[in-house]
Amino acid sequence: MALAERRITATEARLEGLQLVKGGWSSAARSDALQRLRQMGLPERRDEYWKFTRPDTLVQPETPKASVFDNDERPIFDGFDRLRIVFVDGVFDAEASDDLSLEGVSIERLADIADKDIHWAKDLYGVLEARGQSPVARPFAALNTAFATDGLMIHVTGKPSKPISLIYTHAKDDSDAILHHVIRVDAGAEATILENGPAAARFNKCMEIDVADTGKLHLVRAQGRDHERRAVTHLFARLGEESTLKAFTLTVNGVLTRNEAVVELTGDDAIAHIAGACVGDGDFHHDDTVFITHDAVNCESRQVFKKVLRNGATGVFQGKILVKEGAQKTDGYQISQSLLLDDDSQFLAKPELEIYADDVACSHGSTSGAIDEDALFYLRSRGVPEKAATNLLTLAFLAEAVQEIEDEALAEDLIERLENWLARRS
Amino acid sequence: MLEIKNLHVKLEEEDKQILKGVDLSVEAGKVHAIMGPNGSGKSTLSYVLSGRDGYEVTEGSATLGDQDLLDLEPEERAAAGLFLAFQYPVEIPGVGNMTFLRTAVNAQRKARGEEEMNATDFLKLVRARAKELKIDAEMLKRPVNVGFSGGEKKRNEVLQMAMLEPKMCILDETDSGLDVDAMKLVADGVNALRSEGRGFLVITHYQRLLDHIKPDVVHIMADGRIIKSGGPELALEVENNGYADILNEVV
Repeated sequence: MALAERRITATEARLEGLQLVKGGWSSAARSDALQRLRQMGLPERRDEYWKFTRPDTLVQPETPKASVFDNDERPIFDGFDRLRIVFVDGVFDAEASDDLSLEGVSIERLADIADKDIHWAKDLYGVLEARGQSPVARPFAALNTAFATDGLMIHVTGKPSKPISLIYTHAKDDSDAILHHVIRVDAGAEATILENGPAAARFNKCMEIDVADTGKLHLVRAQGRDHERRAVTHLFARLGEESTLKAFTLTVNGVLTRNEAVVELTGDDAIAHIAGACVGDGDFHHDDTVFITHDAVNCESRQVFKKVLRNGATGVFQGKILVKEGAQKTDGYQISQSLLLDDDSQFLAKPELEIYADDVACSHGSTSGAIDEDALFYLRSRGVPEKAATNLLTLAFLAEAVQEIEDEALAEDLIERLENWLARRS
Repeated sequence: MLEIKNLHVKLEEEDKQILKGVDLSVEAGKVHAIMGPNGSGKSTLSYVLSGRDGYEVTEGSATLGDQDLLDLEPEERAAAGLFLAFQYPVEIPGVGNMTFLRTAVNAQRKARGEEEMNATDFLKLVRARAKELKIDAEMLKRPVNVGFSGGEKKRNEVLQMAMLEPKMCILDETDSGLDVDAMKLVADGVNALRSEGRGFLVITHYQRLLDHIKPDVVHIMADGRIIKSGGPELALEVENNGYADILNEVV
């Protein structure tokens, strides 16, 4: 079978089990996304953008099973004052969630408002996703826009007193969840959004973010620990003048994770930081794919990704900084590093810069390495046992990424997680 | 306290004998110095005693008290009371100096079956010890040795020594890279730790460190052996005449 034909067959097979939501503005956005999806087709192994990550288990119609990981750990972000919103296998759980009202923000469910004709989300839903399809196609995001069953429309109008916490619980071993969130941050408004949990056996999540001039958004995400879960997630962001987006993701375990971030700096003096720390052991494939476009003057972007890999785990980083003509005084930084704890693990990196302005400062670096033997011996010579010393150096390696979390208490919560995880594994 | 007998060591990766029968005994409360030309095996001795990889002991023994050092992992040697002050202290980005010190102190206490030190007591102790060594609070917060000057690194070694309270301290070329003032500060720190129950082995090229840390016994090492031992006057002899005379005399 020719490639084109094979792609169409695979795409149609996937679409067969999915249903479009009818009615209201969302049906137009959804039909449009479906049309775009059919044009591009779902990814193939031979696609350049997927050459490091096999998409087949994300494409196939039946969900690969993922058992629910039982543990008695304290849930992450537990103890933080936050507005809790719970989805179980992608289905909103009203009983487990807090009341959605909070000063400075309005939160509605996609399932409730999709058929209303007038809604602010109409101008964003599928719009930023569609913009992000060029120059590289992101078919799973189009699929998401077309078939999302639910999600949150979050309109930040002020400075909510606590973080909005999205909790993704996984209950069934064959759940296939598609969630689509839209976030709009008004001028001068500021919010923190937390996400955690494995979500489903297979999870497709899309988040569209529009930050108006001087708005600020912080995202801190901890992807759930279920060993067999799969996830493909997209973040599409458009940043106005003097606005800020800071996103951090922690990933431990999961057989397959592809996190894409597509950020456009469209207003002068905007700041975008996208960071991630991942720790993979064994059958673990983690892919960070980032595309940051500078389309305004004096903007700053940082991509900081750190991966600790062992027992045959694989880490992928595809990161790009595109500086458009006229985007002078751009300050772009990109670093991707892996710490390989044995010879079986691998890190595949494709860092890219594409610059069409002549007054910019862009730097990028990518490294793979083992534990520093000199540092290890130094610690041991002071009485720190080998495993504890290795763990200390591993945390130190991840520090640059974790430091991207602005809230120190949240950062400490994540570090404590990592410490426990490392201690258990060693 | 430290007993080294007929110690033979070769590099693991190449068939090269570095130590060819070292005999040395350091008693509690005494300071022994080892001097010797480059390549005589001084630093190798310090690494082998502290358990660094890459060396193979082919003959002989090394014990600290009643413990066979060569049988122990580096961390176990540390818990047994051995401390090596590095010639080149290692920079560890991402690990705070304070975290490092506390982890080390408590790891050793745990290994010895003692209670771990709580955060408040630790902080008090480390602040007091740091003050004595003129190490400011900022240096304690920074990552281990990162961006430290040569003198700061060596003072940080002495601070670790003061916090860990070892029985046997080996100082490997502690004077290298230090100006006179920095050396004096480090030496004062070491002298403050001299006590009846503690032994020192000071490895150095030059007499000048021994002006500040006065040794009880001086050994001359050459070609993997200790070829001559004597009192502090031996160091002066080296300072005045170099190693050549002593080497010739022995041959």
